[in-house]
Amino acid sequence: MADKPHDTERTYPDGRPLAEQPQWIRDFPTDVSSDHGLARREFTKFLVLTSGAFVAGQCWIVGMSVFQGEEDFPEKWIANENDVPPGGVVEFRYPTDNDPCLLVRLRNRRLVAYGQKCSHLACAVIPQPDQDQLRCPCHNGYFEINEGRPIAGPPRRPLPLVKLVVRDGGIYATGVEHRTA
Amino acid sequence: MTTSGMEFFVEPSRCIGCHACEHACAECETHKGHSMIHLEYVDRSQSVQTFPMVCMHCDSPTCADVCPADAIKRSEDGRVMTARKPRCIACSNCVLACPFGVPKMMSEFDLMMKCDMCFDRTSTGRKPMCASVCPSQALFYGTREEVEELRKRSRIVNEFQFGEQTIRTKVVMVVPREAGVSRVDVTSAMHDPPKGRTIALNILNLNGVE
Repeated sequence: MADKPHDTERTYPDGRPLAEQPQWIRDFPTDVSSDHGLARREFTKFLVLTSGAFVAGQCWIVGMSVFQGEEDFPEKWIANENDVPPGGVVEFRYPTDNDPCLLVRLRNRRLVAYGQKCSHLACAVIPQPDQDQLRCPCHNGYFEINEGRPIAGPPRRPLPLVKLVVRDGGIYATGVEHRTA
Repeated sequence: MTTSGMEFFVEPSRCIGCHACEHACAECETHKGHSMIHLEYVDRSQSVQTFPMVCMHCDSPTCADVCPADAIKRSEDGRVMTARKPRCIACSNCVLACPFGVPKMMSEFDLMMKCDMCFDRTSTGRKPMCASVCPSQALFYGTREEVEELRKRSRIVNEFQFGEQTIRTKVVMVVPREAGVSRVDVTSAMHDPPKGRTIALNILNLNGVE
């Protein structure tokens, strides 16, 4: 309907056609067919509502992380303690099959486990226990191996920390901590 | 299109002042209770003559020209529509500017509303509310041929002089054939001296009175 041409174009008080009218008249045509369909008030309303939606979204994200209860993780056997020598690495999946993780025995015999997805863009990190670091090959990101914190490259957040329990010679995963800093 | 050839004719000399048009207009669902047509009294102390005032739907709508909010639009078939609700800022510029006194400021809605020649009715081929009830056919909706057949002693004028501006309108005036004017001067009455015993309020302009 709006694309239909006018039966009669409107005229102007000075009798000249639209093309010869001043810019401010050409900016605000009277005929429905040439109307821009966007007015200042509608645009302002759009801006206010959109930015309000962004604010609400941010509040929702904050609320989610504040009020999120402790998740219940199942306990899962990973390996026998004796099967992991210093510098040894065991791959496992925890808590689901879609979450690849790494168990590393450090050179000081401490056991650590991290989620394998790089905190940058979820590439699989490669453990390098001999250099005390984990490396992400996608964008050359590095994590130090004692805490899983980023030390170089694009990643800003630490790797997810898998909590471990050693009982009766077996190593068990008991939880995952997603850390933000 | 069902409305092709149909035009709105206003013949003030036939108006009997019954106000039926106002009540019929107020019946309309799109503006229930508010009449968009009004009756003017020509010279109430001298005459009972009234004339109905609908929107004339100017080719060069002054109401739209003075609208600072770009709210008044002219439809494809040349009707000047009620202000758009999201845009109208209720400034009343159009009310002051219209030479025919048509736009109405509805302060309860913060919206200018005006006669749109019953867009909902005429677009489906029906007569506007006021024309359907007018008992004297001062308001007539039909073809130009019908009017020429019915009104042998009349002719039609749709040019108006508004100050230095000439306005051509979609709604047509029917005037006596012998009337020696080619256009209706809207503002001339403002400068005419009062006739008879009329009390003149603008006493500075009494040039013609002894």
